[in-house]
Amino acid sequence: MHIPDGFIDVKTAVATGAIAAVGLGFALSSVRRTLPPRRVPLLGLSAAFVFAAQMLNFPVAGGTSGHLIGAVLTAVLLGPSAAILVMSAVLILQCFMFADGGVTALGANMFNMALVAPVVGYGVYRLVDRIGGAGLRSRLCATAFASWCSTVAASIACAGQLAWSGTVAWGVAFPAMAGTHMLIAVGEALITTLVVAAVTRMRPELLLERSQSSLQARYRELIAYGLLVSLGLVVFVAPFASHWPDGLRKVAANLGFEQRAARASGLSSLLSDYTVPGIRSAELSIVIAGCLGTVMAFVLAYVLARLLTPQRDPGANTKPGGSSPLASSSS
Amino acid sequence: MHHPLLNTYQHQRSPIHRLPAAVKLVGATVFVFACLLLPRHGWTAFAVAGVALLLTAALSRIPALQLTRKLLWVEPFALGVALLSLLQTNGFQVFVFTLVKSTLCLFSMVLLSSTTRFSDILHVLWRARAPSLLVTTLALMHRYLFLLTDEIGRMLRARKSRTFSRGRLNVWRSSATVIAHLFVRTSERAERVYAAMCARGWKT
Repeated sequence: MHIPDGFIDVKTAVATGAIAAVGLGFALSSVRRTLPPRRVPLLGLSAAFVFAAQMLNFPVAGGTSGHLIGAVLTAVLLGPSAAILVMSAVLILQCFMFADGGVTALGANMFNMALVAPVVGYGVYRLVDRIGGAGLRSRLCATAFASWCSTVAASIACAGQLAWSGTVAWGVAFPAMAGTHMLIAVGEALITTLVVAAVTRMRPELLLERSQSSLQARYRELIAYGLLVSLGLVVFVAPFASHWPDGLRKVAANLGFEQRAARASGLSSLLSDYTVPGIRSAELSIVIAGCLGTVMAFVLAYVLARLLTPQRDPGANTKPGGSSPLASSSS
Repeated sequence: MHHPLLNTYQHQRSPIHRLPAAVKLVGATVFVFACLLLPRHGWTAFAVAGVALLLTAALSRIPALQLTRKLLWVEPFALGVALLSLLQTNGFQVFVFTLVKSTLCLFSMVLLSSTTRFSDILHVLWRARAPSLLVTTLALMHRYLFLLTDEIGRMLRARKSRTFSRGRLNVWRSSATVIAHLFVRTSERAERVYAAMCARGWKT
């Protein structure tokens, strides 16, 4: 999902850069306030860890392979602010050291993978975990569903930026990006959940929330990041999605984006020349497909969590950490 | 670990290597932004930019084969996105235009990363008063990157020599366990790094 240079025009580069800078600045100040100095090196090492983990290939059908992105993994393990910082560091280093992802697209890439992905992921994770009752099974289910949602959300933001730059039309970019990433996201969800389950098995204390007050602070942070992410999504995605039969047009009108939407609709009427006639039904089918995909992803997440959680059987407590006798005595 | 992307810096004695890192960083960024602003039919401007890049590459005395290999390594990512633009009306024009533009930008970034150490770029950031926490994170990441990629390579080798891989799902499961192990080791190492940093007089 790394956008290279040349695909993002100047206005998109500046807008995404500004939003990404504000988000990163907010994350930096929040980390500086809340993180004990003992854990500062962990940020840098976690960034190196994410980079190393991204190089590990997982075999998919037909000789192809996928790899971890890691936004939700770091958000679950370290918290949302630290995840934003860690993912930004990974993207900055990839850009300047490996020419992976462009300089002008750095803001866009940071918005997608270091802001949208961890924030959406952590929000969904908290929500599902809370509804599920905060046990191991609900945590794994929440992790799986959150990684799926965050990957898809990031790909939609990416499609919006490509369309806003005029490189790829929204009617092409959105189905292509969202469609392929709904499949890629299944792999991401599977890897993230397996890793979180393994970390819980080995070192459960790494995953424990510190205290209720820090959780409260995280909710406040999450609301601030959520506002920033939705501002970005309104700018990049809403102009194209506003003729959809949902509430986005109302939001755009309320926020004074109507003029922008009008200008964009001039563009989209130009695009509608080549799209399928009977655009209504096409859009409706996309919406239905999206809803079905989301429901299926949630069901898969639940099944995965059930498979990974050991049965609550009092006689079988040696089973999960079975390889070493010390593991069961320490837990 | 021998990865074509990991040994990016090529040490040579050349005028380009001797330039201050700040000049190269600003130069590359300005070049990339200028490429963005070029009009769709400005082929002469593209040609001028390409010739300027080739001259810089020749001055830097980096073997052309290595530069080409690196460029080919990063090009597929650009090609993948560009292919999407083929699917629209007058797509071919947009496709050629974006591909040429992004190849020029990629070439300039490959030149930057093979003539400038990442630590020098960090130094520029530090002097430009970037937030110290960000610079510390980037510096620690850069320092432990190679160590952790080596470590994951060793863990994979150890796993391979001990287990028979039966089926795809088992590979996924054990690879995920390797990643989890790496995270546990990373957080333990971070504690030791912190102790070492404190012992050497580090203050937040």
